[in-house]
Amino acid sequence: MPEEPLDPDVDLRDPVQQRELVRHHVSVLGVIALGGGLGALARYGLAQALPTETGGFPWATFWTNVAGCFLIGVLMVLVTEAWSAHRLVRPFLGVGVLGGFTTFSTYAVEARNLLRPDTVPLAFGYLGGTLAAALLAVLLGHAITRKLVPVEVAV
Amino acid sequence: MTVLLVFLGAAVGAPMRYLTDRAVQSRHQSLFPWGTFTVNLIGCVLLGGLAGAGTALPAAVYSLLGTGFCGALTTYSTFSYETVRLVERQSYFAAAANVVVSVAAGVGAAAFAYEAVHALVG
Repeated sequence: MPEEPLDPDVDLRDPVQQRELVRHHVSVLGVIALGGGLGALARYGLAQALPTETGGFPWATFWTNVAGCFLIGVLMVLVTEAWSAHRLVRPFLGVGVLGGFTTFSTYAVEARNLLRPDTVPLAFGYLGGTLAAALLAVLLGHAITRKLVPVEVAV
Repeated sequence: MTVLLVFLGAAVGAPMRYLTDRAVQSRHQSLFPWGTFTVNLIGCVLLGGLAGAGTALPAAVYSLLGTGFCGALTTYSTFSYETVRLVERQSYFAAAANVVVSVAAGVGAAAFAYEAVHALVG
């Protein structure tokens, strides 16, 4: 079974990923840009649907990040262990769509906004709660996909 | 219009993350995910600064650079996945350091940039 990379965006320890930009730079960067744009639109749509009140828990970003983490767990099992994935699947879905969908900067700025005397516990709850839920979501995505999808046996 | 600006900003931010991650990885051998840490930190500084500008910043610019560019430049999925992989490889110190340093530096950088820009604009 091929080992999953450390970095799902790009892992230069993998010789194929090391070369992908040199050989196919237009298509690789193109699908990342397209996927990133689509992922960001989904994040924007969710933020519009679930607006955060001043001093309230930022549920839209929370669910965006947790859902994106679950899906990266699913995707990485599929592309490294189960499928013989097309070379643009990881750049498009992993680097582009899920990278564009999830966000670390909004998470940090929202936590900063909550760091006021009356909402300090909520700020730490948001920081820790997102972190715990996101890490569990990756593990859950991994576990469910491994269970449901037969792993390709290397011959 | 807003939708287009978010899309365009993200269509630049996501490839920037990929290229920055590659550039950083090619310069070190350690297991610590410096590439993702770098893009997340830069994004936190930028978004903190944009938020600090408040209403002095046109909403269209915030959609393009904030929601679009910074949102897509930074990533939570890669950050979480890398942390889980570090734990699976039993690199517990690197995993814990990644979580603590990324969150503390990200929030600290966003707060610092917010206050700095807020003081300049206000």
